[in-house]
Amino acid sequence: MKHVSTKHQLYGWLLLLPAALFLLAFTYYPTLATLAKSFFSQGTAIRPSEFVGLENYTFMLEDDVFWRVAWNNVIYALFTIPISIALALMMAIWVNSRLKYKSLARMSFFLPTMLPMIAVANIWLFFYSPEIGLIDQVTAVFGVESHNWLGDPDTVLGCIIVITIWKEAGFFMIFYLAALQTLSPELEEAARLEGASRWYYFRRIMFPLLMPTTLFVLINAIINSFKLVDHLFILTKGGPDNASSLLLYYIYEVAFSFLDQAYASTLTVILLAVLAIIAIGQFVFLDKKVHYQ
Amino acid sequence: MSAIELQGISKIWGETTAVNDVSFSIDQGTFAVLLGPSGCGKSTSLRMISGLEEISQGKLVINGKDMTTASPAERHLSMVFQNYALFPHLNVEENILFGLKVRKTPKPVQSDRLQKVAQQVGLEQLLDRKPAQLSGGQRQRVALARAIIAENPICLMDEPLSNLDAKLRHIMRVEIRALQQRLGMTVIYVTHDQAEAMSMADKVILMCNGKIEQEGTPEELYNKPATTFAAAFIGTPPMNLIDPAACDIGKKISAKKKDQFLIGIRPEDITLSDNKGLKAELVSADYLGADTVVTAKINDQEILVRTPGKVAISAPVSTRLQWDEKAVHVFDKSTGKRNDEIEVQSF
Repeated sequence: MKHVSTKHQLYGWLLLLPAALFLLAFTYYPTLATLAKSFFSQGTAIRPSEFVGLENYTFMLEDDVFWRVAWNNVIYALFTIPISIALALMMAIWVNSRLKYKSLARMSFFLPTMLPMIAVANIWLFFYSPEIGLIDQVTAVFGVESHNWLGDPDTVLGCIIVITIWKEAGFFMIFYLAALQTLSPELEEAARLEGASRWYYFRRIMFPLLMPTTLFVLINAIINSFKLVDHLFILTKGGPDNASSLLLYYIYEVAFSFLDQAYASTLTVILLAVLAIIAIGQFVFLDKKVHYQ
Repeated sequence: MSAIELQGISKIWGETTAVNDVSFSIDQGTFAVLLGPSGCGKSTSLRMISGLEEISQGKLVINGKDMTTASPAERHLSMVFQNYALFPHLNVEENILFGLKVRKTPKPVQSDRLQKVAQQVGLEQLLDRKPAQLSGGQRQRVALARAIIAENPICLMDEPLSNLDAKLRHIMRVEIRALQQRLGMTVIYVTHDQAEAMSMADKVILMCNGKIEQEGTPEELYNKPATTFAAAFIGTPPMNLIDPAACDIGKKISAKKKDQFLIGIRPEDITLSDNKGLKAELVSADYLGADTVVTAKINDQEILVRTPGKVAISAPVSTRLQWDEKAVHVFDKSTGKRNDEIEVQSF
């Protein structure tokens, strides 16, 4: 009996092996290696890498650029996440109603998501360019002076935020639209018969029933807000004066432009820790409030 | 004064007319059933009464007031939906109280009514459950409770029992009828199940192709079907509609042009006999327990006969069919309308 069960277990482990190997090689090993690297100095030809304890972390706390990009990232997340989710929900409700050109509206909302990031960045580059850009040409009609949107530290982060919202809202809309279509129209009719206003119905029935989707979209939005690199490449390279740089882009710069892998590892560990805390928070606190059917 | 009155109501979607010039009125406290096959316009009529569907033509009067264009809430109706339309994230109590909360009814009134209603439908023990934790019958009770707690004088029900199994359906039928009589509600109940209509209704409105085919008490529909459609729709198995020419019984009809009529006889009004009556051949039998429905054939005309006890037919048997002249209904072949002037002798 025991013999058979060990054989079965071995069989099971063998089946798991291919996937487990990839997971180990590409997820767990790099994570642990990064963590380890963050405790060592960057080795050079003259000075080999050596254990420095928390030195990289204390350097990070004194690094003004780190605080700048971290703060940028917080602002970026605080604006893009709620606005894109709210817009997505509104668009989904709108294109889910009895609309004449429903599929056309759905497609145009979803189009930004289908475009490659590079193409998106180029389109917006044209919008934002000073004097010849679309925005400046329109504002010029009203006598507003030309403005270098991406060259001004005060406006550049806002510009990036607008692009992200434009691109993400359509993507999240698809999830809301799918969820809305599973809601029985009878629920709305029952509420209408009782005299519930559309807002009351939205607040008490529709929104709570969409909570699983909202949670899913929220997690995606948060991950995306820490994931943005490609737009920054095309549009700003993080500048001017790091005004539009975000955490991941800074990590990329440190690792591959400044070739300081030890410090890049330290920053990565912080990014992972932040994401882990957010994920745990979501599942612990939000999951209880979500009604799953 | 009638509780609800429909005056020439129609529903038109582009080219199709779903409900065509329908008029009827329902008295206060009446259990009225809109009966008909699927696609006959009965649900659309109900939805127009509720205000969930716009009325294309005609006038709707509720308690003496013109409500043709009023919003659903202004009509002060309750409705029980086919799929119950319970809010899945709210528990039974919140579902039942939903309407009262929308209308901001004072809290003490809410809890008083909740207690009363929960007891009436037998849900006292289940108030904190979610709909997913309830059985079909219990969900149905929640939907009923939500409809009656508003204390609206009129309640609309759209095939409320179609998702239940046969046994539960019977129990709920009795309960809904009892509840309606106890509360003195006016109910308009949509169904395609004639057994529900016959057992619950004070008044049946039989519809076909967007029009009213016949309107009356269940007995009237059963005993005096106005059209061949009504004759064939009411009764299980349905009434036999016999072409006299096909069975050589033309000589029994008093009219001159005998081929212009159909005669209808209910299977339960025909008896099998050995020596007297119309010659026929028994071809098959459908045993139902208390009785058997036998298929008899005269030439090519099939006639169903309900006969008590068990009858087994392994090979065609000759027999004779008998019926009383009072049991015979005559219809015009071309219009399908009942014709009481023609007499048919008994067999």
